[in-house]
Amino acid sequence: MIRDITLGQYVPGNGIVHKADPRVKIILLIAFITLIFCAFNFVSLAVIAAAVMIIILLSDVSLKLYFKSLKVIIVIILITSILNIFYGTGTPIWQFGILKITMSGIYRAVFVSVRIVLLILISSCLTFTTSPTDLTDALERLMKPLKVFHIKVHEIAMMMTIALRFVPTLLEETDKIMSAQKARGADMESGGLIKKVKAMTPVLIPLFVSAFRRAYDLAMAMECRCYQGGDGRTRMKSLHIKKSDVFCIIFAVVILTGVVLCDIFIAPII
Amino acid sequence: MSVIEVKDLCYTYGINTPFEKKAVIDLNLSVNEGEVIGLIGHTGSGKSTFVQMLNGLIKPTSGKVFLNGEDIWEKPKEIRKIRFKVGMVFQYPEYQLFDETVYKDISFGPMNKGLGEKEIDETVRKAAKFVGLSDELLNQSPFDLSGGEKRRAAIAGVIAMDPDVLVLDEPTAGLDPMGRNLLLSQIMQYHRERKNTIIIVSHSMEDIAKIADRVMVINSGKLEMLDTPAKVFSEAERLEKMGLEVPQITKIMLALKEKGYEVSDGILTVEQAFLEVVNLLKKEGKI
Repeated sequence: MIRDITLGQYVPGNGIVHKADPRVKIILLIAFITLIFCAFNFVSLAVIAAAVMIIILLSDVSLKLYFKSLKVIIVIILITSILNIFYGTGTPIWQFGILKITMSGIYRAVFVSVRIVLLILISSCLTFTTSPTDLTDALERLMKPLKVFHIKVHEIAMMMTIALRFVPTLLEETDKIMSAQKARGADMESGGLIKKVKAMTPVLIPLFVSAFRRAYDLAMAMECRCYQGGDGRTRMKSLHIKKSDVFCIIFAVVILTGVVLCDIFIAPII
Repeated sequence: MSVIEVKDLCYTYGINTPFEKKAVIDLNLSVNEGEVIGLIGHTGSGKSTFVQMLNGLIKPTSGKVFLNGEDIWEKPKEIRKIRFKVGMVFQYPEYQLFDETVYKDISFGPMNKGLGEKEIDETVRKAAKFVGLSDELLNQSPFDLSGGEKRRAAIAGVIAMDPDVLVLDEPTAGLDPMGRNLLLSQIMQYHRERKNTIIIVSHSMEDIAKIADRVMVINSGKLEMLDTPAKVFSEAERLEKMGLEVPQITKIMLALKEKGYEVSDGILTVEQAFLEVVNLLKKEGKI
């Protein structure tokens, strides 16, 4: 049940997107997200959508998984687009009391839902194709300049790595404890919300206890191997910008300029 | 009469995904009332999956489990009732402790069963006595106990439901030799008094040889052998092929036999071996 969540899950693969430098991927993701919100007319939106589709098709991850991650947020898309329909300005084409639908409202709704879908697709693409360790490694590198402000970048990255590493472990542990309590006759399925929450106590307490125990053990193990933070630490896998990464960047720059040009020369719709 | 009957039991993990794996394949078994069954198998052989199907924690992909002649999945909504009849102690059960006091934790099962206050008190104290927990310990927090005591408290939590069948998944794992022997003898004491059926999973062949009436061997999800310990452990070679051992003393006696000494098969304990060797020496006129 808990395992069915696909949002933010790494899918091992061998495609171009998998092999791309994680730093490049993160920066491009940020660029694309900004871009998605900078598209003010249908042409620029279509350009971005096309670019996102190309990336997804190249990503060596089955389209089913992308659909699955969209399923999770379908309610959010519906609610926001319905709200947006009624918030347009201009002459109404349909009116009922204070509710009115205008052309601009419909445009807004379309824009918002397309934006959310693209947002989810492109960020899923990052997490599907990049292992958590690569991701935190890249983040650590990218945040390095923050050291000037005495921010402990390495420690933050290490915490993220550890947290991500223990998600599956804790899920497994939850499963085990739930089975053990069910074997003692715990009833977790029936009853109302309050009863269900109360029924979780026998699962949550052992889970917390074991999480703390694991944390102590891990801290001990790290200290035994003389871990002392990021100063003077070298990496086993160092990141290098490859030829293919340069192509990625060029591709992104072309899209970027395309969208900006579209925005400049075509009148905005919203 | 058989308490538990298993017919063509199958379980497959991750059906219709790339990770599909058959954990239990066409398993048939009948367990008699009051029997102690030792279950052995290599890590990942499907033992744990199998025992979790006995009390309905896992629903079989196909096949049936009968408890006292009734299919346990006949009324899926009442599967919880089965769990009070087939008690299950998981591996490292001390990680399931959660309540403020040991007493409250042990009473979790009986309370879910819906017993009255007086009955709960009775069953909790009885269960604690079986596993050798003193009255003072009952009022302490379970997290303040030692490792061995925690294990006892967790086992008491299952015994307190007074199940007809008790399934124990490696109850002695991680305990010191003294603790192991003590816990095993307490479980056997409980078995003799309550006269219920016990299924015990263990990696310690010595333990299994000591207590089991019958031994079942599972390999890659299939039932390979089901017989008395003496017969099962006399097939040392076959067991070793499955990555299993035989008790050390059995190994020695089998080696003696191979050398041409006339000792019988399936010696399981040091005492038996001692008598056998004495007999042999007498026969040869050496003592």
